[in-house]
Amino acid sequence: MTKDSILEEKKIVNKIDLHAELIETGVEQVLIDLDKSLIGLEPVKTRIRETAALLLVEKAREKLGLAHETPTLHMSFSGNPGTGKTTVALRMAELLHKLGYVRKGHLVTVTRDDLVGQYIGHTAPKTKEVLKKAMGGVLFIDEAYYLYRPENERDYGQEAIEILLQVMENNRDDLVVILAGYKNRMNTFFESNPGFRSRIAHHIEFPDYSTSELLDIGSAMLDQLNYCLTKSAKNAFTEYINLRKEQPHFANARSIRNALDRVRLRQANRLFKENDGPVDAEKLSTLEEVDIRESRVFSGGIDN
Amino acid sequence: MKLRQGTFSFLPDLTDAEIHTQVQYCIDNGWAVSVEYTDDPHPRNTYWEMWGHPMFDNPDAAAVVFEVNECRKQFGDYYIRVIAFDSSHGWESIKLSFIVNRPKEEPGFHVSREEVKGRSMRYSIKSYATDKPEGRRY
Repeated sequence: MTKDSILEEKKIVNKIDLHAELIETGVEQVLIDLDKSLIGLEPVKTRIRETAALLLVEKAREKLGLAHETPTLHMSFSGNPGTGKTTVALRMAELLHKLGYVRKGHLVTVTRDDLVGQYIGHTAPKTKEVLKKAMGGVLFIDEAYYLYRPENERDYGQEAIEILLQVMENNRDDLVVILAGYKNRMNTFFESNPGFRSRIAHHIEFPDYSTSELLDIGSAMLDQLNYCLTKSAKNAFTEYINLRKEQPHFANARSIRNALDRVRLRQANRLFKENDGPVDAEKLSTLEEVDIRESRVFSGGIDN
Repeated sequence: MKLRQGTFSFLPDLTDAEIHTQVQYCIDNGWAVSVEYTDDPHPRNTYWEMWGHPMFDNPDAAAVVFEVNECRKQFGDYYIRVIAFDSSHGWESIKLSFIVNRPKEEPGFHVSREEVKGRSMRYSIKSYATDKPEGRRY
């Protein structure tokens, strides 16, 4: 049968405005929100746009009666801590829901503890329970490589992996699984579980943030809390980020959030010490250079 | 004789997609849905065996359909039903119950009559299937 004859037979629709579809489904709004609220992460945003485009085209093909197949949507997010994997997963759930690929669009976040049991026969029901809860939505498995412990051959993680693989294959319409973790360890995990690699279509890498991006993230966080940095404080904070990045255990945006929490703590302390009459809103919401300079990082110490 | 118990029992058997839709309706109403099975179809047999726990926190009906199919694998020759329990104050009871699986052969019921005092009759029914011991009925 030629393409034309298929179209003639269906006759329901023969033209679809992809752009109108994009707006109508609310996908456009999610993508715009994603662009606005997430700083940096260019490669991730591009991949998400591409995925959304593919899914829309698939939907359009389905409407026109062309051959189509529900694409495999399972994903893996790899990147250093604090690069926004969970946040993006949440957006992804919303996006897939709007596109009609998951029915409910909720996100269930689990780690090894939630999937693997403690004794024989405990794992299967536990894993199934979690999978059932995630049906109609997205299952986000954080630090997925902990599921596989090659050093202990009696580990129950393997059992959880088998059930996961089975459901990922058989219930593809019911849920989308996103595996997340640090890049190197994810790679080892996929190498030792080839079944996983082949069942996951989208491998998305989260790059580390640059200093200016981290500064933007920090400002955005402060904005939300109604705080602001003075100009000199901003410079000091840039210096702080540069120093902190070189230190071990740097967790990108998460480290920034922790640093800002400590800065607020020091500001509060300073306001008490200064003790010069009543304070106004501006004073309460301005973070000074000294608040930042007091950090241990400047004297060679380590912050969390 | 086809067993007519619960909602939809005078309709043709529901497909999985139809079960999904019905169950989703129950979940959206906040009812706890669970799966039960039995091989004793007597209408007064109220409490069937539970297949797992009631599914309180699954927002999507796919999980229930999944469990129904798991149950069918093990008890393909039994009656399986889905029940939805409404826990809200004042109700606290089953709001919807329907059969989703039945044995291939349903022999039906025997009506036994007993003549008691003053020639009045006492009736009772008994499934032919329950002549055999549990687990070997269908």
